[in-house]
Amino acid sequence: MASERYQSLDSKLAILADAAKYDASCASSGSKSTRKGSQIGSTEGMGICHSYTPDGRCISLLKILLTNYCIYDCQYCVNRVTSETPRARFTVDEVVDLTLDFYKRNYIEGLFLSSGIIQNSDYTMEQLTLVAKKLRKEHRFGGYIHLKTIPGAAEELMADAGRWADRLSVNIELPTELDLKQLAPEKKKPEIVEAMTGIKEKIDERKSDQKKGMKPPRFAPAGQSTQMIVGATATPDNEILKTASELYTGQSLRRVYYSAYSPIPHADSLLPGKSPPLIREHRLYQADWLLRFYGFEVNEIVVRKDLNLDLEIDPKLAWALQQRDYFPVDVNTASREQLLRVPGIGARSVKRILSIRRHKRIRTDDLKKLRVAWKRTKSFVITEDYNPALADLDRDDLQRLITPAAKQLDFFDTFDAALRGEL
Amino acid sequence: MQAITIKDFEDWRAVARVLIANATRPSEVQLFEDDGQQALFAEDPTLRQAPTAQSSFGVPSRFLSLAESVGCHRAAGRWDLLFRILWRIKNEKKNLLEIETDDDVLQLTKMEKQVRRDAHKMKAFVRFRKVVQDGQEFFVAWHQPDHRIVRRVAPFFSRRFSGMNWTILTPDECVSWNQESLEYGSGVSRSQTPQSDELEELWRTYYASIFNPARVKIKMMKSEMPVRYWKNLPETDLIADLLAEAPRRVEEMIEQHEGFDKTADDFIKRFPNQLMTLSALKQMAAGCTACHLHCNATQTVFGAGPANARIVLLGEQPGDQEDLTGDPFVGPAGEVLEEAIGSAGLDRRELYVTNIVKHFKHTQISSPESSRPPRGKKRLHQKPNAREVRACRPWFDAEWSCLKEAEKLVCLGATSAKAVLGPGIKLTDQRGRVCGSDYCQQTFVTWHPSVILRASNAAARESKMRELIEDLVLAKDSV
Repeated sequence: MASERYQSLDSKLAILADAAKYDASCASSGSKSTRKGSQIGSTEGMGICHSYTPDGRCISLLKILLTNYCIYDCQYCVNRVTSETPRARFTVDEVVDLTLDFYKRNYIEGLFLSSGIIQNSDYTMEQLTLVAKKLRKEHRFGGYIHLKTIPGAAEELMADAGRWADRLSVNIELPTELDLKQLAPEKKKPEIVEAMTGIKEKIDERKSDQKKGMKPPRFAPAGQSTQMIVGATATPDNEILKTASELYTGQSLRRVYYSAYSPIPHADSLLPGKSPPLIREHRLYQADWLLRFYGFEVNEIVVRKDLNLDLEIDPKLAWALQQRDYFPVDVNTASREQLLRVPGIGARSVKRILSIRRHKRIRTDDLKKLRVAWKRTKSFVITEDYNPALADLDRDDLQRLITPAAKQLDFFDTFDAALRGEL
Repeated sequence: MQAITIKDFEDWRAVARVLIANATRPSEVQLFEDDGQQALFAEDPTLRQAPTAQSSFGVPSRFLSLAESVGCHRAAGRWDLLFRILWRIKNEKKNLLEIETDDDVLQLTKMEKQVRRDAHKMKAFVRFRKVVQDGQEFFVAWHQPDHRIVRRVAPFFSRRFSGMNWTILTPDECVSWNQESLEYGSGVSRSQTPQSDELEELWRTYYASIFNPARVKIKMMKSEMPVRYWKNLPETDLIADLLAEAPRRVEEMIEQHEGFDKTADDFIKRFPNQLMTLSALKQMAAGCTACHLHCNATQTVFGAGPANARIVLLGEQPGDQEDLTGDPFVGPAGEVLEEAIGSAGLDRRELYVTNIVKHFKHTQISSPESSRPPRGKKRLHQKPNAREVRACRPWFDAEWSCLKEAEKLVCLGATSAKAVLGPGIKLTDQRGRVCGSDYCQQTFVTWHPSVILRASNAAARESKMRELIEDLVLAKDSV
C-alpha cells in the first residue's frame, strides 16, 4: 500500500534530513543550461529557494543523507560512530522516488545527497553516484544534483559522479590540519586536498577539450564547493580565511561555506556546548566577499591583534577605521578599486556610481538614493555638494559615532541583509 | 488632456508609438488601465494605427525589456510612467536609464524589481497537487501572484515540467501545459483546486526536520518568504510549533552530552621530553579514570617490554588473567602469542607488547547451563567501542613517543588495526604486507591470538597460527 510505504519513508526522512541539516550549502545555481533530453527538471543558471525555515535558511534542494550510519568518529558530527543518534538508511530507489515526487510538486530544485561512510569510501561513493545516474538515465531528470564526494574514493568513481552531478563538493571540515587531527582523526587533509585537486583537474580538462572544439561529456558544470566548521576549535579567523583564500586560488572553488559550529543532539562532551557563533560566521562571509569581489587580501582584512575579525563592525569598516590615510575618497573621481574600499558601498553601487558619473556629478543625495549604507559611508567620501560628516574622519571616536552602543546589539539587521539569497 | 485606455503592453507600445510621432507631450495625455468597462471618452481611432516607416523609431533595448516587465505591474500609473520615460529618452537624453538616481528611472527600476521578484516567487512557491484521472496524472496548483505575471512565468514551467500535464490556477488567469503547448484561460477562485496531496505529509516532515532550532532567524525567513504567501504553502502552519519548541530543544542539546569528559590526555602530566619514561607513564596510567572501564576492572594493564624495543606489538585490551596480574598477554592468548613469537624466530624479551585499550572490558554472566552445578560468575570479554578506544588512545601515543628506537608496529586484531590505520580497513585485505601509518612506515596487521583460541576446528586453528607466524616473520625481516 502506498500509505504504508509513505509511513516507513516518513520516519527515515525525519532521521536522514535531520542528520543532513548541519551542511550549510544549499545553492542550486551555476548550471547554465538544462541537460538535453530532460523530461522533468531544468537548470537555467539561477537557483530558486522554494521555502524558508524559521532558521532563515532556504530550502532549495532535498538535502538528505543516504545513510547516517558511519564508521568515522568526527567529534563535531552528530553521525559519528560513537553517537547514540537513531540510525536509518535509504535505498537508492527510495531517494530517486522521493526526489522525483518532491520535484514534480515544485517543492525543490533538486537533490543534495551526502552520506555517512559505510564499509569504505569507494562503496559509499558508488551508492551516491548510483542515485544520480538513475535519476538522469532512467527518469530523464534535468534538475540540480549536488553530490558530496568522499575523499579517498577511486578516481573513476569521482569521474562518474561528475558526469551525473551539477556540483561536487568535498568538505574541508576544519581550517587546519591540527584541527582535523583533534576532532576528525580519520580525515586527512592531504586526502581531502587530493580529492579537490582531482575534481579541479577534470573540470579544467573538460574546458580545454571544449576550447579545442571537442564535445566532452558534462563534468560538474556548477563546479565544486566546500564547507568549514567555525568555532569548534580555537583556530582564529585569519587562519580560516587563509585556508579559504588558498582554496579559491588553488582549487578554483566556487564557494567556501562557513558553518558556525552548532550544538548537536548527542554531542560529545569534548566540544563546546554553546549557541552557534552566528555573528562570527556572518563576519567571515563578509570577509569572504571582500576577498573575492573587493580586491582585499587576507592579511589586510584581519586587523585585530588576536587575529580574529571584529564582531561589532563589518570587516571593511574595521579596515577603513585603521586606514584613515586612504580616505577621503572622492566619488566623482576615484577609481573602481578605490570605491570598492569605501565602507557601506557595495559592488553593485560602485558599478552604478561609475555609470552615473558619465552623465552628471554625484551628490550626497545620489548616494542615498542608491541606498548605500550612508551612516557608514558618509565620513569617508567627498561628494559634489558639502558633506558635513567628512569632518569626523579623523576623530578618535569615529567608530562609536557610526555604531552607537545601543545599535551594536542589533547585529541581526546587517546579518539578514548580507546573507539574503547567498546561503 | 487626452485620456486613453490601455489593454496590455502591446497596446501601450502601439499607442506610445503614435503619441511620439505626433509629438504629444506626457503632460498632455493620461493613460488608463482597461478595467473591462466602456471607455468614458471616445478615443481617436488613429491612435492604434500600424506603424509606418516614418513613425517607427529605435529605443535602447534595455528600455523595452524593462517596459515589458513593468507592464505586468499592477500599479495604475505604470503606463503613464513608461510613456514619460520613453518621451524623455526620445527628447531629453538617450542614455537616461544610466542615471539610476533620476526619480523616474528610480521608480521604473523599483517596479521592475517588484515584478521580477514576484515572478521569482511564483517559480518558488507554486505547489502542485497530483490528481489522477482515467489513469493519467495531472498536476494542479493554485497561486496568487502580486502582479499579472502568469504569461511571463508560464514558459519557465513548460521547460521545467515538459513531461508532465500541469495547470496553474490564479485569480487573474490560468495556464495549462499538455506536454506540447501552453493554453491560457480566465481566472478562477481557489475552490477549484484539489484539496490535498498524499506527498504533503512527507514534505512537512522534511521541512520540520531540516530546521535547526539553534539558529532561529524569523525576520530573515519572513523577508524571503513573505507571510502573504503562507496560506498556499502546505508547510508553513508548522512554523509556530517549531519556534515554540526551539528554545527547549537547544537547551537540551547544550546540556546533554554523550561520551566522556576526559581522555587519557588529561592524565598525562607534561614532562620535558627527556624526563618522560615508560615507567613514569605507567604510574600515571594507574590512576586513569578517563572512561568508565576503570570502574569494573581490577587495574590498568600498561604495556611491557624494553624502552629500546624495535618492534612493538599492539593488541586490543587486557583479558581476565591480565586484569588480575597487571601484565599484558599473560593469559591463554598470551601463550599463543608467545608460541608464535618463538616460531617466528623472535624473542619476547626484546619486544614491547601493549594494548590500545588498557582496562579489561567485560560482562559478568553465570557460567553456561550444564549438568554441573553453577560455579558462580564468569567474566566474559567485551569488545571496546570506538569511544573507549578514543579515550584510551593517548596512552599508546605516549608509549610510542617514549619508544625511541621503535621502527615496526604490528597490530594484533581488528580493533588496534582500525585505530592505527583507519576504520575503513579490513584485516584480510591488509595482512601479509607493509602498510604505512601515522606511527611508522613499517606497520603490519595480523590476527589477534584469541582468534586462534576460538577457531572452530583444528584446520582453521592451524592456518590462522601459520599466518600469524608468517606476519611476524614479515615484520621481523622487512627493512
